[in-house]
Amino acid sequence: MPIDWIYGLVGGLLIGFAGVVLLLGNGRIMGASGIIGSLVDQTSGAATRERVAFVFALVLVPALLQIGSPVDTGTMQSTLLLVFAGICVGIGTRMANGCTSGHGVCGISRFSVRGVVATAIYIAAGVLTVLALRLIVGEL
Amino acid sequence: MRILLALLSGGLFGAGLHISGMTDTGKVQGFLDLFGAWDPTLAFVMGGAIVPMAIAWRMVPGRSPLAGGTFASPQEHGLDNKLILGSVLFGVGWGLIGLCPGPAIASLSYGGWRGAVFFIAMLVGMLMAPFMVRRVDEMNARA
Repeated sequence: MPIDWIYGLVGGLLIGFAGVVLLLGNGRIMGASGIIGSLVDQTSGAATRERVAFVFALVLVPALLQIGSPVDTGTMQSTLLLVFAGICVGIGTRMANGCTSGHGVCGISRFSVRGVVATAIYIAAGVLTVLALRLIVGEL
Repeated sequence: MRILLALLSGGLFGAGLHISGMTDTGKVQGFLDLFGAWDPTLAFVMGGAIVPMAIAWRMVPGRSPLAGGTFASPQEHGLDNKLILGSVLFGVGWGLIGLCPGPAIASLSYGGWRGAVFFIAMLVGMLMAPFMVRRVDEMNARA
């Protein structure tokens, strides 16, 4: 499996550079939940057009890349679970003001206490959720 | 200029998610499967992303953004129960399917109708969030 770790590191660097471009270029923090959330509740104001552009490219580039290598979406089976999980992620990231990119990448990299604490909590909650899934439905 | 930089950033983010394998929800769930077949890839992704960002944050003081304007200042009002409760809710949803907001947006391109279902549910949750936040604020005021 270590080849996956190297792909992870390379992909992670690209995600980091994406955050660098947005921070040093536009002065913005690259938080996916803040970007899409402010578009949907119309609180993005003057930043609306650049946020739409960000979301557009975030859909377009994986669309092009997956032509060569399709993505495994095996965990996305139950519609009920998709809806419930989506609502949890939507409420949770807006209430906590950040997700994996905002609190995780952008927060931890500036040693933000909120970022570190939020990341520790959502990873812990995720680990317990997967453990519960395992106990209830067996193998993932 | 701002639009082009946002396009570049979103594109890099999308490419990074794809190359790292983080569009594969099974790998994300695998990272959270600490008591099963643990897959540490996500930790490498996080580590790889944090390094360039840490350098960029050190370049912020005394400068202005390339495209003009000012740097957005992150919230630093300490810890509160909204941060904690929100992160718990987020972690539960993240664990159930393996999608967080970035890959959820990207999944519109590869997740078929299931990706769209999650994405729309996430937007509904985001629209519900202000009401939930108000409830927590009311609870805090009473306490």
